[in-house]
Amino acid sequence: MGSNSSNMNHIPDGQQLLQDTGFSAAQIIRLYERFEFLDKDNTGHLRPEDLETVPDLDMNPIGARIIGAFFPPGKETLDFGSFVRILAHFLPADSNRTRAGAQQEPANSTTGKLRFAFQLYDQDRDGKISRDELLQVLRSMLGLQVTEEQLQCIAERAIQEADADKDDAISFDEFRKSLEKVDIDHKMSIRFLR
Amino acid sequence: YCTYKRLSPGFCTLLTTDCGRTDRTKIGRWSTRRKEKKIVKIGNTSSGYAHLWLLVCLISGVTRANGDVALTHRESPLKPSESKSSLNHSEHGHDSIITGIPIVTFKWHHVEAPYIIVLWILVAGLGKMVIESNHHVTNVIPESALLICFGFILGGIIWGADKQQTFTLTPTVFFFYLLPQIILDAGYFMPNKLFFSNMGAILVYAVIGTCWNAASLGLSLWGCHMGGAMGDLDIGLLQYLLFGSLIAAVDPVAVIAVFEQVHVNEVLFIMVFGESLLNDGVTVVLFNVFDAFVSLGGPKINAVEIIKGIISFFVVAFGGSLMGFVFGLLISLVTRCTKNIQVIEAGFVFVLGYLAYLTAEMLSLSAILSIVFCGMCCQKYINANMDERSVTTVRYVMKVLANGSETIVFVFLGISAIDKSIWVWNTGFILLTLLFIFVYRIIGVFFLTWILNKFRLVPLEFIDQVIMSYGGLRGAVAYGLATMLDENKIKEKNLMVCTTLIVVYFTVILQGITMKPLVTWLKVKRAAVTELTLIEKVQNKAFDHMLVAIEDISGQIGHNYMRDKWKHFEENWMSRFLMKPSARKNRDHIFSVFHQLNLKDAMSYVAEGERRGSLEFVRNESAIVDFKKKFGDEYSEVMPDIMADTSDDHGAVSAVGRNPVPSVSLEMHEQTMNGMRETDDVNSHHLLQQHLYKGRKQHRHRYSRSHFEVNKDENEVQEIFQRTMRSRLESFKSAKMGVAPPKHITKHPKKDQQQKMPNGKSVDKNRSYYSGDEDFEFSEGDSASGPEASGNSFPMRISYKAGDGIENPAFMPDMDPMSQVQIPPWLAEAELDSGMVAPSQRAQVRLPWTPSNLRRLAPLRNSTHSTDSFMLADAPAAQPRDDDQLPPPPHPPPPPPEGDRM
Repeated sequence: MGSNSSNMNHIPDGQQLLQDTGFSAAQIIRLYERFEFLDKDNTGHLRPEDLETVPDLDMNPIGARIIGAFFPPGKETLDFGSFVRILAHFLPADSNRTRAGAQQEPANSTTGKLRFAFQLYDQDRDGKISRDELLQVLRSMLGLQVTEEQLQCIAERAIQEADADKDDAISFDEFRKSLEKVDIDHKMSIRFLR
Repeated sequence: YCTYKRLSPGFCTLLTTDCGRTDRTKIGRWSTRRKEKKIVKIGNTSSGYAHLWLLVCLISGVTRANGDVALTHRESPLKPSESKSSLNHSEHGHDSIITGIPIVTFKWHHVEAPYIIVLWILVAGLGKMVIESNHHVTNVIPESALLICFGFILGGIIWGADKQQTFTLTPTVFFFYLLPQIILDAGYFMPNKLFFSNMGAILVYAVIGTCWNAASLGLSLWGCHMGGAMGDLDIGLLQYLLFGSLIAAVDPVAVIAVFEQVHVNEVLFIMVFGESLLNDGVTVVLFNVFDAFVSLGGPKINAVEIIKGIISFFVVAFGGSLMGFVFGLLISLVTRCTKNIQVIEAGFVFVLGYLAYLTAEMLSLSAILSIVFCGMCCQKYINANMDERSVTTVRYVMKVLANGSETIVFVFLGISAIDKSIWVWNTGFILLTLLFIFVYRIIGVFFLTWILNKFRLVPLEFIDQVIMSYGGLRGAVAYGLATMLDENKIKEKNLMVCTTLIVVYFTVILQGITMKPLVTWLKVKRAAVTELTLIEKVQNKAFDHMLVAIEDISGQIGHNYMRDKWKHFEENWMSRFLMKPSARKNRDHIFSVFHQLNLKDAMSYVAEGERRGSLEFVRNESAIVDFKKKFGDEYSEVMPDIMADTSDDHGAVSAVGRNPVPSVSLEMHEQTMNGMRETDDVNSHHLLQQHLYKGRKQHRHRYSRSHFEVNKDENEVQEIFQRTMRSRLESFKSAKMGVAPPKHITKHPKKDQQQKMPNGKSVDKNRSYYSGDEDFEFSEGDSASGPEASGNSFPMRISYKAGDGIENPAFMPDMDPMSQVQIPPWLAEAELDSGMVAPSQRAQVRLPWTPSNLRRLAPLRNSTHSTDSFMLADAPAAQPRDDDQLPPPPHPPPPPPEGDRM
């Protein structure tokens, strides 16, 4: 870390990322340092195991899912570009207001953020959170505090609340609708140091 | 005083009529005595009477204003007091020679102080009541402003009666008796997470902002003074700074009062609110420092003193917070061990909270910070530790106290205005103060926000900043500090007090009134009306974890990281020491939300059932009924974040046979329900009288100071059991005669789930009684009117309705007086057996489980050494030790006939 030599030029696709994600140059440099730090064997790619070494992440009940979210199905490795693009979901929404809205939805828009959250549940990528998928997340988060039956009831109820079309699963639209009262921008943003 | 004069003859006449036995000489002596007294100490005695009468008149005026209904009311407060006072006057002179034994004596001085206090509280309360009953007015003008105006009127009346202001808000009363509960309430209901996530910004506003306000105001006023804007005033720079410091702070009381009604978004609210709470530390320090400087005199101030002042700021602020923290932990610890004195455990919160305030005051630390942090620290633990009813008690008492003192504070702020002695007008000084306060607040807020926004995740918007600057309301704290000024040191004290009052009126009334239109006009983001949804809570938790994970991955040590660390620490260490082991389990927020929602559903379920006349519809609707929408937030308001205990009432789908686990939080709901529906109370009372077991022992205490559910008698318990058995037998017999007995359903999980909800209640009730001490009492019919009624009547109501709606044939035979029927033991046994082995018969008519609470009557714990006469020998075999183990004996309420056992 802290290598002064690293600047935008060293970073693959640096300028492109700067444009795409809304990170500032300083932030990208910082993230690149982090990326290199995580990338223990200097391959330029991260593997899931690399992320698993992050301390405290194993304590996180949904840590494994978060790691999973960095690796789309079929991909075993993660290059810096994807790394930054995924982290870009967590940028506060209006720090990139300078960018033209011409392209598709930016990752840190409310929809983008929600889509990321949605995919944490939707492990089989069928566009729906099924009861089992919700149950798994609940189980990991609530852990030993409640019994399995209670978990099932909670899941049942949560699905009922959101399920508008009564298909016993939560689609993305239903998901978004159920959370429209929540200030997603507050809840799903972190401050990236620059 | 004139009132008194007018009434004086009335006394005398009444005296002659009422106390005919009193000899005339005495009356004469009394009157002369009175006259002397009147002449000698007008200020004391007679004004006291004047106040008394004034207040009575006021009360009557208040009621008159309230509507035409009040007419009778008006008479009632007047009459008794009139006759009483007139009666009592005869013996008033306590040093007069007593010629006979006085039947009653009038001792006004004996009760004067508390009497006046209580009357004030009453008047303030009634004033608030009147104000609040006019919604169209309070929609436009905030309540605080109206209360101040009400104070003006009262003050005017007092002035008219006394020709001087006898009641003003003294600093002692305000800081010792009125302020603490308001602040404790604020701390206790503080949204901790929100507060700490914005802690940085709040601190910046509270510390730097307040210092800026104080310094800029003081210096500018001084500059204007030098420039000659205020004429001839004897105020030096230090005095100006002192004045600036006392008036710099935004007042928590005023801010809460105004912003509570505006419903701005939570971030904006916590900013203004948090600032107003925390800047007290700054104000007190600044005030003390400058006060010391003023007494020290300008030339003696050197760098050392200034540094001392700065150090004292940190000591006062952090010391105060630490003190509050310590006391918060203390409260948590104490409530952890109060299992056996549940009745008074709520009191500890108030006593220790007040102690935190006083201790900090004693050590000259910031008392407000102390009590704020005390409330904030203990809220989580006491909610988990204490009995659910105690938590409710704390909540309500807190609100009663805080609301009451807030009302009194505003009323007295108004009253204080009507006092000629404080009004020293200096146009320049007053107007410039107003202007500077307004301008510097805006400058301060915008500048600080500009800096803060560079660091904030979500920047504060421009409109929010406008509201923040505009929300800089000053209030009673400033006034209290101003009256504390030493007249010897500050020649222009009255001018300062007067200016402070004007500033307070200006900000509270004018800004208070314009706040709402401004918020609407600027389209400030309002607080979303949130409906409690489970998915939202689940998702929030997921978001939290997600953010921590992302911060971990991206290598940031941010806010979420810190919060996560704190949470781990808190869970692993603090809760271990501060929370009851039983409460530590299952205190996950999601679960408690889930629990709340279930409770809500259960409540609406019952309510719906009652609306339809019975719970019969349960059997006809297979879909799960979701009443959530209908009864929405009514309950969630009452119990914002209840500590849920394990409850199994939802686990019924998959775990029909499992042991129900108690849930503590039910009682409160029942109370709410009962409060809401008095007719139901009457119903249930009636029902209880009719159907319930009547306590046999009449000599037991109805009143107990330490327990709500006192006095159980094991014999009674036994009897209840037997009675249940008997009625069951009865229904069994009727079944044999071709009338179908009640049934219960075991095969429709969905219905089970629904029906389990009310069941859960009764189960819990039983359980909580069990878990109590020896004073367990199950149910007594005649207790329905007592305080326990709220506890008992609710499940009974369910069962009543259930039985009512279903035309249960078995019900009718049950109505027969059964006490005459001597049940042969063998039959009793048979009945017991049948209860278990004859499900097929039950399936014919499907009765809901809802009369479950009565079903629960059966498995009551029995005493083996019962002295009860019948069925003793046979019953024990069937007496269950654990009600959960017993297969639910399906049953409608066994109705013991009226007058069976009185």
